[in-house]
Amino acid sequence: MENVQLNGGQQLAVKYFVVAVLLFVAQILFGLLSGMQYLAPDFLLGVLNFNMTRTVHINAMVVWMLYGFIGSVYWLLEEESGHPVVGLKWGNLAFWVLTAAVTVVVLVYLFVQTGPGNDFTRWFINEGREYIEAPRWADIGIVVCFSVFFYNVAATFAKGRWSGIAGVLTLDLIALAGLYMAGMFYTTNISLDQYWWWWVIHLWVEATWEVLVGCIMAWGLMKTLQVERKIVTTWLYIEVALMFGSGILGLGHHYFWIGTPEYWLSIGGFFSALEPIPLVAMVVHAVYDSGVRHMKSNNRPALAWLIAHAFGNFFGAGVWGFMHTLPQINLYTHGTQWAASHGHLAFFGAYATIIIAMFYIAVQHMRGQADLGSHLPDRGWKWKWALGLLNVGVVGMTVALLISGYEQSFIERAMDGSTWYGYFAAQIHPWFVQGMQWRMVFGVVTTVGIGLLIWDLLTIGRARPVTLPAATESR
Amino acid sequence: MNNEVPWWASESFWKKTAIWVTGIMFVVLIFLTMNTLPQISAGSARVPAYSVINKHIAYEFDDRRNIQVPVIGEDDPLFGEMLSEKQAEALVTHGKKVIQGRNCMGCHTLLGNGAYFAPDLTKAWLDPAWGSEAEREEMMLNFLLDPQENARSFGSGRTMPNLHLTEEEARAVIAFLKWMSAIDTNGFPYNFTVIEKEG
Ligand code: HEC
Ligand code: HEM
Ligand code: HEM
Ligand SMILES: [Fe+2]
Repeated sequence: MENVQLNGGQQLAVKYFVVAVLLFVAQILFGLLSGMQYLAPDFLLGVLNFNMTRTVHINAMVVWMLYGFIGSVYWLLEEESGHPVVGLKWGNLAFWVLTAAVTVVVLVYLFVQTGPGNDFTRWFINEGREYIEAPRWADIGIVVCFSVFFYNVAATFAKGRWSGIAGVLTLDLIALAGLYMAGMFYTTNISLDQYWWWWVIHLWVEATWEVLVGCIMAWGLMKTLQVERKIVTTWLYIEVALMFGSGILGLGHHYFWIGTPEYWLSIGGFFSALEPIPLVAMVVHAVYDSGVRHMKSNNRPALAWLIAHAFGNFFGAGVWGFMHTLPQINLYTHGTQWAASHGHLAFFGAYATIIIAMFYIAVQHMRGQADLGSHLPDRGWKWKWALGLLNVGVVGMTVALLISGYEQSFIERAMDGSTWYGYFAAQIHPWFVQGMQWRMVFGVVTTVGIGLLIWDLLTIGRARPVTLPAATESR
Repeated sequence: MNNEVPWWASESFWKKTAIWVTGIMFVVLIFLTMNTLPQISAGSARVPAYSVINKHIAYEFDDRRNIQVPVIGEDDPLFGEMLSEKQAEALVTHGKKVIQGRNCMGCHTLLGNGAYFAPDLTKAWLDPAWGSEAEREEMMLNFLLDPQENARSFGSGRTMPNLHLTEEEARAVIAFLKWMSAIDTNGFPYNFTVIEKEG
């Protein structure tokens, strides 16, 4: 690796980023397989069934995003604290242990897949609970490695400088780890199971992850646009207040139909309907700062992806979430392609985007502070096309899934009463099938976008002789 | 320009607000959780005891609540065998572990959560496709043991792969499905058509 003045935290960050990209590719490949199984039901039937292609798809997503977040924090840690990472040796070890564990989990998913209905299966093969399918041994490994990461972060800030961002980040990481443990027990009672399962899923993506990317965004805006620290810190506190103020009780929008008491219909509906507000605030913040600085940045791709994050978060989580969050609507949309539509746009728009922005920030630094502004030699066509294809691809998939979801909520849910027959009456309807076909088309667009993105990350800024003699590299 | 920041735009004001709002919301959530947990424990009014698999389960419209609700009726033991609370819990527990171990939620939704590749199983026990109540247990067993041979797919071509359940596992799964169908889900799934008593 071409280590141009990378500090210790940044060197570790690069390792996390590399694995994140590999897992991103895995996510997409398995997404394509799952999508194909809708169109060609016998595809891989009995070899790698839909449940396993899907599990790898969404698990790879969760893990690459966590890698992206961890990498981002290591990247900014020394700069933000003004102190070398404390216990970096352990951080490196944790990286290798975690990566080995992830590899084993994936291999077991692919080659052992599932097991008998006993405790051994849950400990060593598959837990069978969406997003957190990883067997229990891996959960424990993840918590241990995450604790090492947390120790690095907290100890480094403690020895160095505590900023507002540092404080929010540290507390948020504690919450994030604590919530993961809410998913680490077995219960037969499915209502209780899903009650705690949503603590992990919802309170991650709609509370702690949002605040984590709020911290990265605050730092990213200072970095790409030289916004003043005081302003980003104040905004960060506003975002935390609004996000936790709405998102914590917004959890109730998952407690409408799982056996929980009726008061959750009101609480969940009301507070989750407020959740778009902080997301609007984030757009205002990002767009305002960019406008004030006339979009002048020496890292245009990073800035573009930060703006994509602000809008993606607002539309994917805020608008697409709001569309089905009121119980009167959710009664018909719950558990249909609506959720898949929203899930794709939200995870991509809110989280994939900002991690990609961090990749560009890292790459610029690695290439000796290359100017990634407006004077790229090839006019930056690669990053622009990658940005366009990825966004068009995901938005296209989202819209296709939404049309299928609408059809499903009318025919299966409202008319045919969600029976076995009703389910298939909706699945074979041409509008549904066309949605599935277009999803694949846009899935391929997304895939091409990722290919281009990786090519660009490997090459951008290399051609220009800035501080390092990188000009010797052939293009 | 005036450099004075008004109090409502100051960093310290928002810092305090963030801390207070987060703290209050978290405390409210804990309070609500403590209120909810007893109401969803097995054996409560909304989530019945596992021995409900000894009973007849219906899903009927309730005029007051304006939704369908599970109605627990006369004795109607699963596979003709009355179980004690303990035995019932053991059986349903085995069923849940099979469902997790085989990753059924990677294709199906339970209580509406999971994957969307196959029908929701919340009320699968009550599904009219099992013919009639008299044939149901037999048909469910046959289906789960060989979903390829007993495929319906309703013209979609999509089938459930054979997951090689043992007969014991399949019976446990059916017990779990029967128990789950008795959970009060506030009317989800809406407008569900229930299986006929006689064929
Ligand atoms: C690979 C995807 C897949 C997996 C895994 C899977 N199923 Fe299915 N299941 C299906 C499909 C597809 C159908 C519809 C089959 C048909 O119509 O012939 C179905 C149908 C059913 C039905 C009847 C539908 C209804 O509404 O009553 C039941 C019950 C069922 N599955 C239970 C299970 C259980 C229990 C498991 C786990 C042990 C499981 N399935 C795992 C795909 C799957
Ligand atoms: C970045 C933030 C968000 C992400 C990543 C996200 C992601 C998801 C995903 C993946 C699901 C499907 C879960 C499953 O598999 O069962 C889901 C469900 C849901 N989300 Fe979000 N979400 C976000 C924010 C929001 C917001 C802000 C709202 C509301 C305003 C919202 C409303 C909902 C609702 C109502 C459901 C339930 C769908 C159902 O009933 O099946 N989400 N979300
Ligand atoms: C090549 C492109 C992709 C294809 C073909 C694809 C396909 C699929 C399929 C078939 C499912 C299963 C849905 C179901 O149960 O019916 C799924 C689920 C999911 N995918 Fe993708 N996917 C792609 C890319 C992505 C991307 C880029 C993201 C986010 C970054 C993403 C996030 C998710 C999530 C969160 C779910 C779970 C949704 C839920 O449970 O509601 N996928 N995807
Ligand atoms: Fe949520």
